[in-house]
Amino acid sequence: MSVAKLRVFRGDAQGGEEKEYEVPVDEGMVVLDALFYIQANYDGDLAIRWNCKAAKCGSCSTEINGKPSLACKTRMDTFAEGETITVHPLKAFPVIKDLVTDVSWNYEVSKKIPPFTPAEDTEWIMYQEDVERGQEFRKCIECFMCQDVCHILRDHNRKDAFAGPRFMIKIAEREMHPLDVLDRREFAREEAGVGFCNITKCCTEVCPEDIHITDNGIIPLKERVVDKYYDPLSWLLRKIKGK
Amino acid sequence: MEKYETHTHDVIVIGAGGAGLRAAIESSAQGASTALICKSLLGKAHTVMAEGGVAAALANVDTKDNWETHFKDTMKGGKMLNNWQMALYHAQEAPERVRELEYWGALFDRTKEGRINQRAFGGHTWKRLAHVGDRTGLEMIRTLQEKGIHSGIDVYMECTITHLIKDGDRETGAFGYWRESGKFVLFKANAIILATGGVGKAYKYTSNSWEYTGDGHSMAYEAGAELIDMEFIQFHPTGMVWPPSVRGILVTEAVRGEGGILTNSEGERFMEKYDPERMELSTRDVVARSIYTEVEQGRGSPHGGAFLDVSHRGADYVKRKLPSMYHQFMEFADIDITKGPMEVFPTTHYVMGGVKVEGDTCSSTVPGLFAAGEVAGGMHGANRLGGNSLSDLLVFGKRAGEGAAAYASGKSHAQVSAELVEGFANELREPFNNTQGENPYTIHQDLQDVMQLYIGVFRTEENIQTGIDKIEVLKERAKTLKIEGSVMFNPGWHLCRDLKSMLIVSEALARCALARKESRGAHSRVDYPESDDEVLGKLNSIVSFKDGAMDVATRPIVEMPEELSKLFTEDK
Repeated sequence: MSVAKLRVFRGDAQGGEEKEYEVPVDEGMVVLDALFYIQANYDGDLAIRWNCKAAKCGSCSTEINGKPSLACKTRMDTFAEGETITVHPLKAFPVIKDLVTDVSWNYEVSKKIPPFTPAEDTEWIMYQEDVERGQEFRKCIECFMCQDVCHILRDHNRKDAFAGPRFMIKIAEREMHPLDVLDRREFAREEAGVGFCNITKCCTEVCPEDIHITDNGIIPLKERVVDKYYDPLSWLLRKIKGK
Repeated sequence: MEKYETHTHDVIVIGAGGAGLRAAIESSAQGASTALICKSLLGKAHTVMAEGGVAAALANVDTKDNWETHFKDTMKGGKMLNNWQMALYHAQEAPERVRELEYWGALFDRTKEGRINQRAFGGHTWKRLAHVGDRTGLEMIRTLQEKGIHSGIDVYMECTITHLIKDGDRETGAFGYWRESGKFVLFKANAIILATGGVGKAYKYTSNSWEYTGDGHSMAYEAGAELIDMEFIQFHPTGMVWPPSVRGILVTEAVRGEGGILTNSEGERFMEKYDPERMELSTRDVVARSIYTEVEQGRGSPHGGAFLDVSHRGADYVKRKLPSMYHQFMEFADIDITKGPMEVFPTTHYVMGGVKVEGDTCSSTVPGLFAAGEVAGGMHGANRLGGNSLSDLLVFGKRAGEGAAAYASGKSHAQVSAELVEGFANELREPFNNTQGENPYTIHQDLQDVMQLYIGVFRTEENIQTGIDKIEVLKERAKTLKIEGSVMFNPGWHLCRDLKSMLIVSEALARCALARKESRGAHSRVDYPESDDEVLGKLNSIVSFKDGAMDVATRPIVEMPEELSKLFTEDK
């Protein structure tokens, strides 16, 4: 059994620093196991969120060697022998303690998105090929790593103007629901700031569910918004109707 | 004492998985001021991990299905120990509860005709499980979460409730702490719904998430409520075996539902010996015992499990129907399940026992205290059928919400004694003040070893008694715990209270297991291998707190009316 070196951020909103730990590595072990070992043997108060330890709940999002990762899904054998592994909290959100950040902003944004709205006389017949577009987005486990890596949120901290990739696909999912009748295009443009995304696809790269956030979610959403606001025919109609 | 917040509501719901969310939605819809208290962030509760599907006799695929058959399957699966009233409501109401999710935006997999598709599962006569690939729980919790946040419910996230508060006989509130700040919080309420899930974290190998520490079971017990049938804990037949880090993670029953085959090291399809009729789709208790026996008798896979193979269905089919399983094995075990078999072994999965409730309203034996979902007992009897937990939490979440809102209506809030609250606070802060004491992580690991070894798939009087003796030692050791650090987000401190709950439920499991001298459903006594249908099969186990100790008694089951019992004799 080999021994791994981890440098884990310890601190709170006031600041902090990395602390080094040595952890024995067993076959198939993941970074979250190493953090458990630290809790049980060195520092019982090391703070990390986790729930399922099976990559299904999206709680243990951290930055491992600088990359947003689920600690439960990052295997220790992906690192070279003797490589030091750094574990830090998500950078785009305020630190509470150690690896735990304040992600409450995401819940506020989520609540603002107009909910699924079916027609009153819906017959509830939907075909598999029509539900699959929405099903892709509903695989989202809300790990918020796409939010963490999005430079609009991470580098420019425009949480006031841009809802982030997670909520772009939530809007897209509602819009593509075969039985939804609400038009969220104005919301996507004015409230959620879909125009801020410049399609660098960083979000898609970190998604642990392999959701094609940009190609299947954000780009079609942008196109719908463009159709509404910049299509010459609808522009003319808006002029006539005064909307 | 230090300052704490106080919140006042008509109804508070403790636990925000499927049952808690469904209960809060209903309570709020009835006009009650409703709080939903989550131990984690909203949407992370254990329901998120449910995979295979939600059982409801929609009859979209097998048109012969109906509530009578679902009811019979559930009672037979539970070895007739179930609360028949609950099993009846469950079978009758599940279809409407599932359709309701669709009205709220859920996207279930479809039949060719565009209706909700249904798959086969163990113990269900017909194809009955509505599903979304193998991530049905995620779909359900997102749908309920979405409905919930637009329902006027006050959601309190990352808040752990540690004590229930009574005024005389009646529940009047709950006390706990914010995980983030470590500060205390008091909730005043006229009705409390427990929806705290199960107890699996008392075991070493479990499919359960960290929250499953039996909080609701233990708080109800301490508040004087009765627990029922605690000896029945379900070992899901198929948990991952290798590598050690992922041992216990669930391999959905949908693998078998989609045609997966179990074999031993000799290539023999061993379910032919144990249940030739239903084979791999036998009930979970039977399949778990079969795999365990094969391994015990030296016919296990290299890492001590059975082989489960679904690769004959073809790579495209497997990836479409079981995408999570494909990724889970690829990423954690370097195994491609479209090309070869998985290794599986039973893992602690679900507690059938729980707070004894009335089927109508989910009220417990303490006025004002309700329970729904896994924390409630009775619905599943001695063994739960796959898919029946997701329908259970919808049906009884709604009933608990209605029941609690009606009970709370018109009642005024009681005063909460300051001394009582101070006592709770002092008790919780103790591990910070102790100059010496045990590490809670060590005791937790020791408890997991004890439960795994002595209160497992097969039980004997000697084993169970050894387990009880060891639990008693752990209880003593756990009286003086010591932890480091501050009160802010301190997992070591959080574990101190969780440990107390786990010790209570572990003791209840062990004592009930010792008392039931027969084999029934998930409770397999090597020293009493037969079922005693005439006597013990008609008795529920009842756990209560009496004279400062745990009391285990029996009580006759409530017999079902003739029009229902007739359903079973017609079969013969």
